[in-house]
Amino acid sequence: MKTLLEMKDLHANAGEKEILKGLNLTIHEGEVHVVMGPNGAGKSTLANSIFHNPEYTVTAGSIEFEGENIQDFTTDKIAKKGIFMSFQLPEEIPGISTLNFLKFAKGKMTDRPVKIFEFKKQVEEYMQELNMNPKLIERNLNVGFSGGEKKKNEILQMLVLNPKLAILDETDSGLDVDAIKTVSKGIEMFKNDKNAVLIITHNTRILSHLKVDYVHILVDGKIVKTGDSRLAKEIEENGYAKYK
Amino acid sequence: MSKIQVEDINRNIYDIKNEDEYAFKIQKGLNREIVEEISRQKNDPEWMKEIRLKALETYNSLELPTWGPDLSELKMDEIATYVKPKSKLNTSWDDVPEEIKNTFDTLGIPEAERKSLAGVGAQYDSEVVYHSMKEDLLKQGVIYTDMETAVREYPEIVKNYFMKCVPVNDHKFVALHAAVWSGGSFVYVPKGVKVDIPLQSYFRLNSPESGQFEHTLIIVDEGASLHFIEGCSAPKYNKVNLHAGCVELYVKDNAYLRYSTIENWSKNMMNLNTKKAIVGKNAQIDWVTGSFGSKVSMLYPMSILNGEGAKTEYTGITFAGKGQNLDTGFKVIHNAPNTSSVVNSKSISKEGGACTYRALVRIAENAKQSKCSVSCESLMLDDNSRSDTIPVNDIQTDEVEFSHEAKIGKISDKEIFYLMSRGLSEEDAKAMIVRGFAYPISKELPVEYAVEMNNLINMELKGAIG
Repeated sequence: MKTLLEMKDLHANAGEKEILKGLNLTIHEGEVHVVMGPNGAGKSTLANSIFHNPEYTVTAGSIEFEGENIQDFTTDKIAKKGIFMSFQLPEEIPGISTLNFLKFAKGKMTDRPVKIFEFKKQVEEYMQELNMNPKLIERNLNVGFSGGEKKKNEILQMLVLNPKLAILDETDSGLDVDAIKTVSKGIEMFKNDKNAVLIITHNTRILSHLKVDYVHILVDGKIVKTGDSRLAKEIEENGYAKYK
Repeated sequence: MSKIQVEDINRNIYDIKNEDEYAFKIQKGLNREIVEEISRQKNDPEWMKEIRLKALETYNSLELPTWGPDLSELKMDEIATYVKPKSKLNTSWDDVPEEIKNTFDTLGIPEAERKSLAGVGAQYDSEVVYHSMKEDLLKQGVIYTDMETAVREYPEIVKNYFMKCVPVNDHKFVALHAAVWSGGSFVYVPKGVKVDIPLQSYFRLNSPESGQFEHTLIIVDEGASLHFIEGCSAPKYNKVNLHAGCVELYVKDNAYLRYSTIENWSKNMMNLNTKKAIVGKNAQIDWVTGSFGSKVSMLYPMSILNGEGAKTEYTGITFAGKGQNLDTGFKVIHNAPNTSSVVNSKSISKEGGACTYRALVRIAENAKQSKCSVSCESLMLDDNSRSDTIPVNDIQTDEVEFSHEAKIGKISDKEIFYLMSRGLSEEDAKAMIVRGFAYPISKELPVEYAVEMNNLINMELKGAIG
């Protein structure tokens, strides 16, 4: 199995503060990984460091994607390599419709013009699967969307852009039971044996709808334990106290 | 929505400059002989010559403004005030000289006419070189011609209105304008006539070290309506050019006028333009303005709401890049009861560019039950850029509704990061955010101008990021 992401002894700061303190994580094609941890453990720093968010700084260690060091890549170049990240709080961008944005982004990702008719049809099919109001694609990107609509819009973007690795940062937080089911359905639609998913979450609700290969416990900037889905169950029952 | 999706950019089309060929070029600087020479060249009737000469006296007696942007680079002695291109006024596009035609063709004029306009006028340097209008409008009595023709053929109308809305002593550059004005458009829409497709004029300044002083006079008679579009551009020269146009708009009782402008002068232009409208009972003037080019702009369109129930809306956007100081805004005078004004202004500055929103709202004592709402928003793309808001509000009655909202902000790094995570480069991301910011304004522009504006935004941002 081909290695997609490999992080070695990663140290990273959020602002001035050291958050990741020697994190190791390897993800191969076809795998679904879950990183769980209490608040402040470094979950968001993990996702943002991979994506070269300017608010975070990698101070030591390495991040490789398909064997290539991507630490010095700009965010757009990382995206074009085939990594996607869904945001906890997606930004609202006025002045561009969701459909036009998706078309523009798809064009940038593939460096090919997008055939609008087929593209729109595909987007509409995805939206139907995600129980999204079809009118949303005509509205400006995330502007006036409810929290749930924004999260579904992130999953829609993942399906449209079709990355090799999708990092879902707290995608399940703030969603009701039905929305969580829908988001899980989107992830199942996306998943195949050539790509991978990294789910970052602080609770276990989404995991009951998904087939997960690895669960990692992140505490104080390090992965302290790795297991299978049974580890998530254990956390659900006992919390993180044991690992702190 | 599709109109904000234009990505192909070609800055070259604005920078084409033709050999400085002209039939006649007046000596540099300004004095009585020069003004008389201009008047002779233009075959002015005696009354117009007198207006010019009186204006020259006023010009000499007035000082340069002591507020606003620095104008010291402007040396009046070095500016040839009048340049006559090698072309007579044509009514067939085919008759316009090849070189001038190519310039306008590249800029999409009169392609725009073929598509969606009722009439087009094109001015090259100081003279109008092309004019045409649709047949049915002629039959309804609509007059659309260049200013010189209007002076000759409609002297009674011009005498009544010329420099009456904008008084000659308004400021130094108005006086200069009145002394040396050349070219421009004259429009008269008779009572009750609705011109439902826009009229357009396009001004192009090609000669270096020269001035453009076109005069636009529009009278929309009672119950009539019109949309007038004005576009301006010039190639870049190292010498400073001066644009001191004057726009006088008369919107009679129950009439409607929409006046749209894109000013995209080259970055060496001093754009000191004066625009005013007098608005009658239950009449309305709407201004839509995009200011992009020029080194310095001082531009404050004014609506004078003289009739009860008169209305005005101002929608404007200003984009100042490196080395630009764009001082723009809107003035409104509420002179009658139940009048209303709505102002929506946005500005964008980057790489040390400065945008100032300078505005005046005056509500006279008799203007009871009037309403005024002002919103201005500024977006700065970096820490070097400047944005100021200088509103003056003079409200002489309590029985009004007045609101003023100002927001100044920096472009959001979070938004840029979000868009970049979707594969957009930093400049694409910024351009998308800026277009989004500008969208409430650009959607008010005629489509081809909205496209041009988005091209300009993209073009500006291409240069911004290394």
